[in-house]
Amino acid sequence: MRRALLAGLLGVAAIGAQAAEPARPSPLKEGSDFQSADVRALQADDFANPMALWVARGETLWGEARNGRSCSGCHGRAEASMKGVAARYPRWDAGLGRVVSLPERINACVERQQDAPRLAAESDDLLGIEAYVARQSRGIPLAVSIDGPAHPAWEAGRALYFTRIGQLNLACTQCHDRSWGRTLLGETVSQGHPTGWPAYRLEWQRAGSLERRLRACFNGVRAAMPPYGSPDLVALELYLAWRAQGLPLESPAVRR
Amino acid sequence: MSMLGRLQVPPAVRRGDVFEVRVIVQHPMETGFRRDMNGREIPLNIVDRLACTYGGREVFRVEPGSGISANPYFVFPVVASASGEVAVEWRDDRGATGRVTAMVNVVES
Repeated sequence: MRRALLAGLLGVAAIGAQAAEPARPSPLKEGSDFQSADVRALQADDFANPMALWVARGETLWGEARNGRSCSGCHGRAEASMKGVAARYPRWDAGLGRVVSLPERINACVERQQDAPRLAAESDDLLGIEAYVARQSRGIPLAVSIDGPAHPAWEAGRALYFTRIGQLNLACTQCHDRSWGRTLLGETVSQGHPTGWPAYRLEWQRAGSLERRLRACFNGVRAAMPPYGSPDLVALELYLAWRAQGLPLESPAVRR
Repeated sequence: MSMLGRLQVPPAVRRGDVFEVRVIVQHPMETGFRRDMNGREIPLNIVDRLACTYGGREVFRVEPGSGISANPYFVFPVVASASGEVAVEWRDDRGATGRVTAMVNVVES
């Protein structure tokens, strides 16, 4: 009887220890490490990678003036001015007074500098510019800042990452820290590092942003999907980028 | 922005050699069988004809159906006969068209 009670107490202690925050996965593996060989080959082929279509669209839009002002008018050649930029997002934007993701930053420029209507979330134009900007940072390690004003957002993202949500009552950490590398139905669970976005997802048959991918995860655990650009999603993006720091950006990637 | 496509040919090939033409077209290729989140039918919208000419002569033509994926990608071999323009044109079932071209430079071996 006493032994059974002790075993029970030990069990409780073990559960308590499990609930403590696990370390970052080690070694860190980028998203493409969890893709099949043919998907990786498609990503590596600069012509066949379907994201090249969106990059080409973004390159055109970069030089196209709206209301007399183009991206290149201020930023010049993207190859020089945008190098490494995507690896630093999401980041605190002093002008907007909040942490913003890359597409939101692009839209802020469209609204403030070009005095034009916002580009819709997941539109080909916004994904194109985002992909073109991200392409300039390929191979550069993710390095977001979580100090100063960005810190509360990082805290919020971290809290969300460890919070059980949805009808399946799952937190991000349960799949992406504890079960990465194992299979879920036919797929290998990744470490959840946002290194390839915006990416061409074969399931979607088109390009999509990290926010769309995160919303799919919310849907997968049967939780309400936060709207595009919501503070929850941006905070989670910041936490994920911090968690993946040091991994090279591989956007625009191909995902299954 | 008109329909987007990308075309790749080698910049220079020897006369008589076989070279690869690679073309990718941005298109949703909706099958007409899918429904949206509200249960409404998503109407059919596919590229139903794509043709390639080399020096003005047709060398490849395909009439894709609804079984072809979105953003279709075609690769086909062509024999290098003379320097000239490779042009790929396509149209979808709603009449939207696109065209991309590239020059092939044939050198004597």
